[in-house]
Amino acid sequence: MNISSMNSSLTAGSSSRTAGIGVLGKEYIGVSKVSGPLLFIEGISGIGFDEVVEIRMKNNQVRHGRVLITSRTSALIEVFEGTGGLTISTTRVRFQGQPLKIPVSTDMLGRVFNGLGIPIDGGPPPIYQEKRDVNGAPINPVVRDYPEDFIQTGISTIDCMNTLVRGQKLPIFSGSGLPHNELAAQIVRQARVRGQSEKFVVVFAAMGVKNDVAQMFRQSFEESGVLSRVVMFLNLANDPSIERLVTPRSALTIAEYLAFEHGMHVLVILTDMTNYCEALREISTSKGEVPSRKGYPGYLYSDLASIYERAGRIINCPGSITQIPILTMPNDDITHPIPDLTGYITEGQIVLDRELAKRNIYPPINVLPCLSRLMNDGIGADKTREDHANISNQLYAAYSYVKKVETLASIIGESELSERDKKYLEFGKMFEEEFVRQGQNENRSINQTLDLAWKIAAKLPIEELIRVSEAQIQKYYPKKTEQDEEESCLTD
Amino acid sequence: MDKMSKIVGIVDWINGPVVKAVDIHSVEMMELVEIGDDRLIGEIIELDQDRATIQVYESTTGLKPGSYIYGSGIPLSVELGPGLIGNIYDGIQRPLKAISEHSGNFIHKGVKVRPLDGQKKWPFSPAVSEGDQVGAGSILGVVRETPLFEHRILTPVDIEGTVEFIQPEGEYSIDEPIAWIRTLQGSCPVRMVHRWPVRLARPYLRRLMPEEPLITGQRVIDTFFPIAKGGTAGIPGGFGTGKTITQHQLSKWCDADIIVYIGCGERGNEMTGVLMDFPKLMDLKRGRPLMERTILIANTSDMPLAAREASIYTGITIAEYYRDMGYDVALMADSTSRWAEALREISGRLEEMPAEEGFPAYLATRLAKFYERAGRVQTLGGRIGSVSAICAVSPPGGDFSEPVTQHTKRFVRSFWGLNKELASARYFPAIHYMESYSEYLDFVQAWWTRHVDPNWKLLRDEAMQILQQDYKLQRIVKLIGEDALPDAQRLILEGARILKNAFLQQSAFDEVDMYAVPKKQFLMLRAIMHFYHRASEVIRAHIPISRIMQLPVINELNRMKEKIPNGNTDQFDLLFQQIDQCMEELEKESMAIL
Repeated sequence: MNISSMNSSLTAGSSSRTAGIGVLGKEYIGVSKVSGPLLFIEGISGIGFDEVVEIRMKNNQVRHGRVLITSRTSALIEVFEGTGGLTISTTRVRFQGQPLKIPVSTDMLGRVFNGLGIPIDGGPPPIYQEKRDVNGAPINPVVRDYPEDFIQTGISTIDCMNTLVRGQKLPIFSGSGLPHNELAAQIVRQARVRGQSEKFVVVFAAMGVKNDVAQMFRQSFEESGVLSRVVMFLNLANDPSIERLVTPRSALTIAEYLAFEHGMHVLVILTDMTNYCEALREISTSKGEVPSRKGYPGYLYSDLASIYERAGRIINCPGSITQIPILTMPNDDITHPIPDLTGYITEGQIVLDRELAKRNIYPPINVLPCLSRLMNDGIGADKTREDHANISNQLYAAYSYVKKVETLASIIGESELSERDKKYLEFGKMFEEEFVRQGQNENRSINQTLDLAWKIAAKLPIEELIRVSEAQIQKYYPKKTEQDEEESCLTD
Repeated sequence: MDKMSKIVGIVDWINGPVVKAVDIHSVEMMELVEIGDDRLIGEIIELDQDRATIQVYESTTGLKPGSYIYGSGIPLSVELGPGLIGNIYDGIQRPLKAISEHSGNFIHKGVKVRPLDGQKKWPFSPAVSEGDQVGAGSILGVVRETPLFEHRILTPVDIEGTVEFIQPEGEYSIDEPIAWIRTLQGSCPVRMVHRWPVRLARPYLRRLMPEEPLITGQRVIDTFFPIAKGGTAGIPGGFGTGKTITQHQLSKWCDADIIVYIGCGERGNEMTGVLMDFPKLMDLKRGRPLMERTILIANTSDMPLAAREASIYTGITIAEYYRDMGYDVALMADSTSRWAEALREISGRLEEMPAEEGFPAYLATRLAKFYERAGRVQTLGGRIGSVSAICAVSPPGGDFSEPVTQHTKRFVRSFWGLNKELASARYFPAIHYMESYSEYLDFVQAWWTRHVDPNWKLLRDEAMQILQQDYKLQRIVKLIGEDALPDAQRLILEGARILKNAFLQQSAFDEVDMYAVPKKQFLMLRAIMHFYHRASEVIRAHIPISRIMQLPVINELNRMKEKIPNGNTDQFDLLFQQIDQCMEELEKESMAIL
């Protein structure tokens, strides 16, 4: 079915089949067409765009859906739980007269829900304080407060070179088989705002992830004692794919409630956004829309933005929403529409690298394509240390040169390199082995990280350090003797 | 908007921002309409007998078929008058500050707030007397819009005649008539405010050549790829290459009188950044907060999509309005790709036949029409004003061969290609010297000759030569390494390295380096070229390049950008002496060996 077929049937009104108008809206019996995840219904009237519907099957089983296109006599509905088992004549459709809303409450902390906000942990539905539209509303840019509180994750490559700040959206670009989940779990365990003991509240949304991945996260939350401060929304790999379109929105709706009504600092983990985009493509194709790149709909950007932009801080509100979406790049291709459009919306990205992972370096963060756009506002003398920006830039400049030298060395051989280039190679090795590599439970303070950065930068001749100021060299450049000692330790 | 009461049709079909209507009567193409009980704002984009297609500028969630459509009789317009400066608007000129006071932290649909404050009294002083002849664009009086900005109240374009009455000096609100003009058709009141349709370019007398550079203080732009006042520039770059930072830098430091900054489908926090930074930063020309020359249009990526399409027209119409007063206006649009994507989405929902990558076939025409609204002109009132358009492009995957970048290239005359590799080495601005160009070089040469130095172009071309040769040599270096090259060629590499580190690279965060006046730019370039020429001589005297590369003066060159402040250009003489001195020493050495 496509939009045009729906257009042509606009005027083909059939006899009214209104079964009754309940408190919750109008109910109709029978539909005209079922196709893929879509349901087409005719002979109706006054159905609002984006309205939510309840679909009752022959056996009284209930499913949920949403109006995609509406006209005076017909409507096109997407069914979240799939259309399997629906019939043409006996399906009852009840229009709720309002967009999809989920109940929100502080009692949701520590509980597990499906993508639509229905509890699946066996417990009773939480007593809710209010119901909110899952689509949210755009935050007025005027009331946004600029994110600038440094979050220490304890991971050197993030803290020093791609600093996360409170209210930022910083995705992890990964690939299948890379330890992005472990990294996200480590961030959740270790993340602190410097100088504050308060922990984050975590809203975790899983879209099409494997059962044991969800279990891994649960266990990790449990071990670090945050489970009672976590709200989980699970749409697992074997759950209906269309439900994935609502899962992140449900999660962000509760996150907004906790952050902006109750002043909590919320860390939202969305995994895996690739599955979300696949579901979006599925619906778009069923609707017969003109596809843009790789079959994804032309509105993938604005759709993703409506999720990612729901992060941030608001002036005069104590709370904040920090987002860490995770996505697996199909075929490790960063120019694929999903990572590409994500990168255009989010405030930077952390990129995992298969080559580093193969060399058994954890976390396999390749810093060169990484970025944190809000970094400059979260660091500096009063927040971290005055040399932070410069030493980070110095590492970037030097490491990117290392990559050039490595290419050259693979052609002419390492021994043919100039002395300067050899120094760089040595620097590169140490950078990857000591700075990038760290344990899954190793929590480095920002000072430790920055000192380590200087120690590694000192592998280079001092005249190569042009990104740091002379005063900083005076203050932080490791003294020769210490360096020699360490070198001898290394060679041992 | 009390005219908005006439029912002109009924909603029939809704698909996101596109609504189809039936029973349509007495509306025009492109007319502004309101829809349903929430009075959502929309625009007629197609008429077919008694049916119409409308693009809606707000979320249509909950809108029902059968709702009424109300006509306005006017096309989508902006309100122009004192009070625009320092304000932040959404894509269809709704004032976001007033909206936040009205409806809280989130933007809900159906909010109606007037763009300009009708209550506020503005200090007006007349510039004409009763009995004077005035024509379109003549100045009737001036208003202090900000402490140092003179807002000129012009005679509307369709009025010509004798001033019958003019208000004396005093404070007036924008809706009070400040003058009555007797025309052939009778007496007309003129107010400080008027409306103008966004899709219609404001008229001017004639176009002028773009002879004056827009000085931005950014070396790679001013010296290598300049833009003229009234010029157009495109900044394409993948994500993270620094499009936004470059545009922020330009809006902070360029020497325009007014900045119109359009955040088109970009991040909310970026607009917040501007809102927080600009009131604190001082305008170099006037010494007043930058916010007092800035107008922001924000359609962040989560705001309704159809308004994104309108936002750049809203912005350029406001820019033209200030141009007509005789000012130089710089318009920044970040990013036109989002605007093009909005076009694509609407086009898709209209089931139009797509051209390249799903974009509609009229993409190029629309882009051309927009860029052509920039220019340096003589206004109807005889003054000289300009609108420069500097637009970011976000090519998917950073691939410049995609339609929006390619079409933009056809209509802009400065092209600043941002490079991912440079950005990942934290080399900013990541404007790649081989991918970029400017067609304004010959136009602005006379200005540099007159104001800075006659040798500017020569020096710039020479430096460009070195960068070009370096680019070629780098391919060989990749294969055999730098050491294998002869010294003369290694000097080219070294020269290019200094040019890149000391000149092209510029920190947006360093107090001294973030802005360089033309004089400093020129002297810096001259110092580097002087070093290069002296070094060539030394190499010819068979001194090995390694000796030159060890010279401490290289470090001085690398650090001159942050060590020598703008005003203190005398320090360059010292640097020249240092260069000469160390080169002479090297030469002496070679003599001694001989």
